[in-house]
Amino acid sequence: MRLPVNKTYKLYVGGEFPRSESGRSYEVDGANIARASKKDVRDAVRAARAAFPGWAGKAAMNRGQVLYRVAEIMEGRRAQFAELAGGQSEVDEAVDTWVWYAGWADKLAQVLGSSNPVAGQYFNFTVPEPTGVVGIVAPEEPPLAALVERLAPAIVGGNAAVVVAAERRPLAAVTLAEALATSDVPGGVVNLLSGRRAELAEALAAHPGVNAIVDASGDEALGAEIDKLAAESVTRVRHASATASYGDATADPLSRLEAVTELKTAWHPVGA
Amino acid sequence: MAQAPALPRGFELPLEPRLPRVGSVDQVAVEERAGMLARRSIKRESKLFALDLAVRMTDLTTLEGADTPGKIAALAAKAVRPDPADATVPSVAAVCVYPNLVPFAREKVDGTGVKVASVATAFPAGQSPTDIKVEDARRAAEAGADEIDMVIDRGAFLSGNYAKVYEEVRLVKEAVGDAHLKVILETGELGTYDNVRRASLLAIAGGADFIKTSTGKIQPAATLPVTLVMLEAVRDVHDETGRKVGVKPAGGIRQAKQAVQHLVLVHETLGTEWLTPDLFRFGASTLLNDVLLQIRKEKTGRYQSPDYFTLD
Amino acid sequence: MTEIERKQYRSPVPSAFEYAPAPEARDIVSLDERYGLFIGGEFVEARSGEYHASVSPASEEPLAEVAYAGAEDVDLAVGAARDAFENGWSDLPAGERAKYLFRIARVLQERAREFAVLESLDGGKPIRESRDVDLPLAAAHFFYYAGWADKLEYAFPNRSPRPVGVAGQVIPWNFPLLMLAWKVAPALAAGNTVVLKPAETTPLTALLFCDVLRQAELPPGVVNIVTGDGRTGAELVKHPRIDKVAFTGSTEVGKEIQRAVAGTPKKLTLELGGKAANVIFDDAPLDQAVEGIVNGIYFNQGHVCCAGSRLLVQESIYEPVIAKLKRRMATLRVGDPLDKNTDIGAINSKAQLDKIAELVRAGEEEGAEVYQPPCRLPERGWWFAPTVFTNVAQSYRIAQEEIFGPVLSVLTFRTPDEAVEKANNTAYGLSAGVWTEKGSRILSMAQRLRAGVVWANTYNRFDPSAPFGGYKESGFGREGGLHGLEPYLDFEGKADTFGG
Repeated sequence: MRLPVNKTYKLYVGGEFPRSESGRSYEVDGANIARASKKDVRDAVRAARAAFPGWAGKAAMNRGQVLYRVAEIMEGRRAQFAELAGGQSEVDEAVDTWVWYAGWADKLAQVLGSSNPVAGQYFNFTVPEPTGVVGIVAPEEPPLAALVERLAPAIVGGNAAVVVAAERRPLAAVTLAEALATSDVPGGVVNLLSGRRAELAEALAAHPGVNAIVDASGDEALGAEIDKLAAESVTRVRHASATASYGDATADPLSRLEAVTELKTAWHPVGA
Repeated sequence: MAQAPALPRGFELPLEPRLPRVGSVDQVAVEERAGMLARRSIKRESKLFALDLAVRMTDLTTLEGADTPGKIAALAAKAVRPDPADATVPSVAAVCVYPNLVPFAREKVDGTGVKVASVATAFPAGQSPTDIKVEDARRAAEAGADEIDMVIDRGAFLSGNYAKVYEEVRLVKEAVGDAHLKVILETGELGTYDNVRRASLLAIAGGADFIKTSTGKIQPAATLPVTLVMLEAVRDVHDETGRKVGVKPAGGIRQAKQAVQHLVLVHETLGTEWLTPDLFRFGASTLLNDVLLQIRKEKTGRYQSPDYFTLD
Repeated sequence: MTEIERKQYRSPVPSAFEYAPAPEARDIVSLDERYGLFIGGEFVEARSGEYHASVSPASEEPLAEVAYAGAEDVDLAVGAARDAFENGWSDLPAGERAKYLFRIARVLQERAREFAVLESLDGGKPIRESRDVDLPLAAAHFFYYAGWADKLEYAFPNRSPRPVGVAGQVIPWNFPLLMLAWKVAPALAAGNTVVLKPAETTPLTALLFCDVLRQAELPPGVVNIVTGDGRTGAELVKHPRIDKVAFTGSTEVGKEIQRAVAGTPKKLTLELGGKAANVIFDDAPLDQAVEGIVNGIYFNQGHVCCAGSRLLVQESIYEPVIAKLKRRMATLRVGDPLDKNTDIGAINSKAQLDKIAELVRAGEEEGAEVYQPPCRLPERGWWFAPTVFTNVAQSYRIAQEEIFGPVLSVLTFRTPDEAVEKANNTAYGLSAGVWTEKGSRILSMAQRLRAGVVWANTYNRFDPSAPFGGYKESGFGREGGLHGLEPYLDFEGKADTFGG
């Protein structure tokens, strides 16, 4: 009879797995889950800000390949994810969602951008750019697919993300972080915090270093609070439904991509 | 030329020791700026002043193969007394003719204050050997021209041989002695405002007293943005060195309104100091009559028939 | 060289080569003594009973009495818009909607001079600008969006675009009619109806615009105009029966609005303040760059959210740029907005003048060096001479805060990296300028500047087809272009909503 090695579930910040700065944890299904503090939120935002320029500066196709690699790694760990999430089908949906968004990396500039026929002797074009750091508040259910469906569109265009994992079922999210750590996604591009969701979401919304919030909590009161806090630094907020599937994830991808995208219009005279 | 002269210590700094950077000109912006200034409206008294000034700044020009002593005599008479009906209208600045006609012009305007200007240096193309061009200019000056309007060698300029352009201006300046040297850039052949600025600085570096837009034989000739670019080059030289260089738009200015627009450019760019025939001229043949018409209109309140003004 | 003969040049020289006062005739505009609110296609008395004069900032003369809408008035207007949306407008064939917009564009073109004069009269901006910029662009905006009205499926393929409903729109005083056009044209093209609140100090062109709507025979209630102050705006924004809020104005008020719509399903776009860097590299076409600097900060008295209010000059050309700038400033003509030669008109309001004066005082106290060209300001009205501050540190208030007046702060940089760092070192992100001859540097700067609009070798250009809007605290959402339709549309199958 062999005694199993129990796993310690930690935070994922800047490509590393620190314990919560608070030293606190909470128990889920017999496992101790790190309970992130506001300080951890700040560290995560700092890590995301640091990772953002490099990630945004990568070739779009390269980012697509990095996302595709995440799908490959998850595919290889299907059994583990199936156990932590809602079974095999949810893992399939999550993997397929990575693949779908991987393909957007080098398309979205062409779909969201434009060249604009302005009057006078000027050349004018509009390009989408990543907004910067995106805070994602994951829904409770389904713990894996719903998170991937928010995370993939958030980072494919070059943003870095700070994710607040599902509070009651965080294991899939934390395990996803482990998969990301072994993937080609650079450290700091995705940061994952577990703990009290409302507390962390509010800290994120109030943080001036966060450019956009995708709130999929489905919690109206929390959503309103996020709105108010976000207003302090004119942070963009998108509230998203809490239910999720591959079908939902791919039904209106542009709305998801646009929620984390800025548009830049550039002018130049045309002369000799 | 035995050997190409060295550029004045790198063309980026042609007027050692201090000279404006050659820099560049944005086409769209300079055209917009000129267009905006063209819409300024000036006071009636200023308008009369401007029209009067335009007359005094005119180099009344004839540059035809068919020019004869008789034609020059008529032109000179008009230059001295542009409006026989109105003695308050001043004389023009100069008559501008081919070298062969300089003696006739000289004779007619002597003692009137009107200058004789002669084109030279294988005008209008400038495509002759340097020594011949220099000699052309020297002879014109010797024949009695107060002012020499030389052309730059656009072929040399456009093939990048700036040294040759510079050196020819320098040699001509040396050859014409005390005569006043105007250097024609023929901006219509230079292709870009960058080149207009570059050629302006090159000519000034070579010793030009004036820089002039055009021969009148090529379209486009003087335009507001071209004049503006040249004025700005002159302003930069003045800022850096204190040296005052004149500007002469020539060709294509046929209406008094265009002349006034040019004066607005001068005023906005270089100030009233440059509003003198010493530093600004118009090269024109048909402009004068329209200016006279406008002067009479300003004075009498109505337009006269163009038939009242002589066609010389 | 012989001295050129001078003796004949004796005619009297005026001391200055002066431009004529060239005033645009005022009589093209006829104003009512008093304006109600435009609700359901007609002018109605304000239930609030509150009326205030709209004043010409150039003369302080009252031009007309204008109603200040209260909660009840706003409710009536929203009701009229709702009614128009549900009973006709949203079902109208898109091609017909387009034709209404085309009509509006045409009438605006036909009445352009009248509107330009009124705009300058009520707001203080030079007639040259209202004539050459505001009016042509306003009409062009309606033309541009008219064409989109029946082509939305091509703009947003596979997304089944549909109108949002009633849009509540609050606009500023710097480009009154143009901002109205920016708001109303895309909203109507997308099939929405509108309640618009013009700025407190510049309501008159919006009220005259109601007459354009009458001429265009736009169905009643599709566009409603409620004049008033911030209270009216607040009532509109928080009204439960609007679906969409669009605001252009200060970042401070923008944040209040974002808070006010928190927890509601209202879509929100904010176009807020800016503190744009205008970056001049040493290889720039200097004379044109100086024009760009001047146009960047002195256009519309600097009452421009995207004004190039921070000049970043490469140190190697600092002196010539400043010398050229000061000389150019001396040729700026400050005065009567209705004079066609005027470059800088009146400051829009006393309050704004006080704010500008306060920040300029702060700049002087902090140690920056101030320069104003000699110019005679009219005695009546509100005026501020074009101003430039040199020796400005990044930390000074005049380098941080939006002044919204003709005041430029000059800083220097040495390398492209330093320029980017300084340019981006602001909470705002609306616009930026870059001047250099080097193509690759233009593109790298355009990429690295965190701003929604980057003007390279030009400044303050606008076009209905070009999306405009900010990064960071300059707001979100775009106006203009295909992208400007999106805030006024919902999409089929959409799982997300934009929260406030």
